[in-house]
Amino acid sequence: MLKQSNTYTNHPAAEKTTRVPKLIGIALAPVPLVLIQPVLARLVRDIATRRSELFERLGPHTKTFFMIDVDELPFVLRLLPDPKGPKLTAHRRRENIEFGASISGPFMTLFTIIDGNSDSDAMFFSRDIRIGGNTEAAVCLRNAMDDLEGSIIDDVLDIGGVAFAPLRLVMAHLRSKENTI
Amino acid sequence: MAATQLTMGPLIFHWPAEKKRDFWFRIADEAPVDVAYLGETICSKRTPFFDDRHLHEVAQRLKRAGKKVVWSTLSQVTIKRDRKIVGDTCTQKEYEVEANDASALWHVSGTPHRIGQALNVYNEQAMSFLAAKGATHFCLAAELPAQSIEALCIKANELGVTIEVQVFGRVSLALSARCYHARAHKRTKDSCLFVCENDPDGMDLNTRSKIPFLSINGIQTLSHRYINLSAEMEALKEMGVGAFRLSPHSSDMVAIAKIYRALLDNKTSCDEVDHSLEELGIPQPMANGFFHRQPGFEMVGKGEAI
Amino acid sequence: MSAQKSAPHELDKAFAAPELVCPAGTPAALRAAVDAGADAVYCGLTNATNARNFPGLNFSVQALEASIPYARERGTKVLLAVNSFATAPGSAMWREAVDIGARLKVDAIIVADIGVAQYASETHPDLRLHLSVQAGASSPEAIRFYCQEFGVKRVVLPRILTVPEISAIHREIPCEIEAFVFGNIGMMSEGRCSLTNYVTGLSTNMDGICSPASEVKYAEDEKGNLSAKLGNYEIDCFEKGESAGYPTICKGRYLTPARKEAYYAFEEPISLNLSSLLPELIKAGVTAFKIEGRQRSRSYVKSVVSAYRAAVDNIMEGNEPDLSTLISLTEGGKQTQGAFKSKKWR
Repeated sequence: MLKQSNTYTNHPAAEKTTRVPKLIGIALAPVPLVLIQPVLARLVRDIATRRSELFERLGPHTKTFFMIDVDELPFVLRLLPDPKGPKLTAHRRRENIEFGASISGPFMTLFTIIDGNSDSDAMFFSRDIRIGGNTEAAVCLRNAMDDLEGSIIDDVLDIGGVAFAPLRLVMAHLRSKENTI
Repeated sequence: MAATQLTMGPLIFHWPAEKKRDFWFRIADEAPVDVAYLGETICSKRTPFFDDRHLHEVAQRLKRAGKKVVWSTLSQVTIKRDRKIVGDTCTQKEYEVEANDASALWHVSGTPHRIGQALNVYNEQAMSFLAAKGATHFCLAAELPAQSIEALCIKANELGVTIEVQVFGRVSLALSARCYHARAHKRTKDSCLFVCENDPDGMDLNTRSKIPFLSINGIQTLSHRYINLSAEMEALKEMGVGAFRLSPHSSDMVAIAKIYRALLDNKTSCDEVDHSLEELGIPQPMANGFFHRQPGFEMVGKGEAI
Repeated sequence: MSAQKSAPHELDKAFAAPELVCPAGTPAALRAAVDAGADAVYCGLTNATNARNFPGLNFSVQALEASIPYARERGTKVLLAVNSFATAPGSAMWREAVDIGARLKVDAIIVADIGVAQYASETHPDLRLHLSVQAGASSPEAIRFYCQEFGVKRVVLPRILTVPEISAIHREIPCEIEAFVFGNIGMMSEGRCSLTNYVTGLSTNMDGICSPASEVKYAEDEKGNLSAKLGNYEIDCFEKGESAGYPTICKGRYLTPARKEAYYAFEEPISLNLSSLLPELIKAGVTAFKIEGRQRSRSYVKSVVSAYRAAVDNIMEGNEPDLSTLISLTEGGKQTQGAFKSKKWR
């Protein structure tokens, strides 16, 4: 079940992306991954501490590698939601990384789901997001994230502190777009 | 303990009335079964053809041949007509009744009766409760695994009631208020023109990759595979199962009854049973997965794939 | 459609407002439902004792205990679904679930199994019992059986009855009626479906599992067709660009000799939406409206519950309800009134 690819072209959601995610993608493209990795590592450790209930709900899937593939980003993310040793790393798409479950889709769609403001079932029925590998793990992650009070995106912003101040503005802008999805 | 019985379950398909009558006559005269379950269990629209005209005639013939006759009730009771038929079946005094839904329970509580496969009895408490209401005999749901059957047999022994398990034939996987036979032919249940009569063993439903999957019988969805518990019957007997049910199909049910009877009497092996069933044209592979707590379609222990 | 004996013109004066019973798959969804105006929420424990035993969903005992005050302080009832079938030899788990409900003083337990109902009524005579749709009680006699034997106070009707049929049942039973008004519409009689067990070895009745995600595989061919399999069986295949669905067996497309093309043998993937029938349902004697969807996200729960809250309030004030926004939340964007509007559905 590893290395399963479920990429579709021309899916209807492609038209729903907004300009900002594209710009984020363009801005990040030249950034070497080595610079991103420590930020991700810190983020996932802090979230694991703040949001231990998320991992409780995952049960056996705390040992599952999740590949998160955001269409607009120049890299994919791989998450291991293990409370004892959480990992979040960035990889280039050509890297053929191994994963148990994958979730892919356009930035805005994934953003609204993570933000707790949209219904991922409805998104999936319209093929806006794609699930690969172990579907149960992906569904479980979705259900667990859905139970989080508030938004995990706010947590990320909190953790980042002053350094993420510009991101705060971007997020506020994106949230104003959520309703258009 | 009484000798293990072989039973002929209710005929779930809509065959022409004469064919149905002849089938039961032949079972009466030739099949080594101890009990015959009559009565329409699927669709109340079918009863004018056989139940209202031939049921008593067939019952008399079965009784004369020394077989016990039990009248099974409808599995899905919704409209007035369903309710009336269940009420009439449950209040007649001539035959013992097998209740297939809770509305039949409403009528038969307090008098001796049987519990059919379509009524969920999955635990000892439910069994004790129903036994206290007069249930003497329970035909278990096909999906129950060995472990559950065993636990229920222990309770049944305590209560002095009998457990029956289906060992041959397609098994009921779902019931609905909607008729899928009619739907396949772009009709509705009320305007079905009895299109289910054309499929004596159910209507094939295949996957889009043309793999046989399910079989439709009006409002009922059946497994495409026939269940065959020949290899499990010895274990079931040891658990204390007192009756084994054959579900009627258009194949030679007299021959099939004889095969299973021989197995019960230790006069043949289960390999021979399986071989004979194949010779008789029963679609292969067959299935025994439910018993083993595996996917129901699987044939555990005999090596195969779909 | 005024089958009621003295059908009044003014709904608000003659009928009490129906209770809005809403799904809570997680504590967050419970709070979302309460905040959106649910009169009652229903939930289950994280095990096989309820019919939505899905990964990452439901309540641990602690989570349930912690969530109940939130609902109660806001006047919302909490119903606990113990509505799968207690399975020998492990049925102690179902008895424990009932005991937990009694200890936490939930407002009612929703049961389907005769053994569970009997245990609850005998051990906790003060605990209110609702008869789950999983019991498949679709006739007055069946419902009366459960009322008489276990003191059931409310029946959740199967989604197979027309409004006149509900009205007729109402006149013949001694308990309240709860009816589904929105959400996933199951095709098979609840509590009597072993399709999932036939394919996966996991049982809806015994394990509370229907078409489990662990058995789902999507595979795309070189032309962009997406095949959706459950276990070994292909449940459907979607052409490139076509909306994909979850491979639920009774929502699949299959081949049969009577049809040239693969067709939805049981039903199209479609959601029930009875918003326009609400006044008729109230007149037919329905006193609780149930929204399906414990497996759906909290944002879905919030949207649907808010919309139905507004609709019920509008109706009770004698205004027309507007639920046009709900369509985007329905499965595949399609909705139906199912069996409720006409028996031709059958």
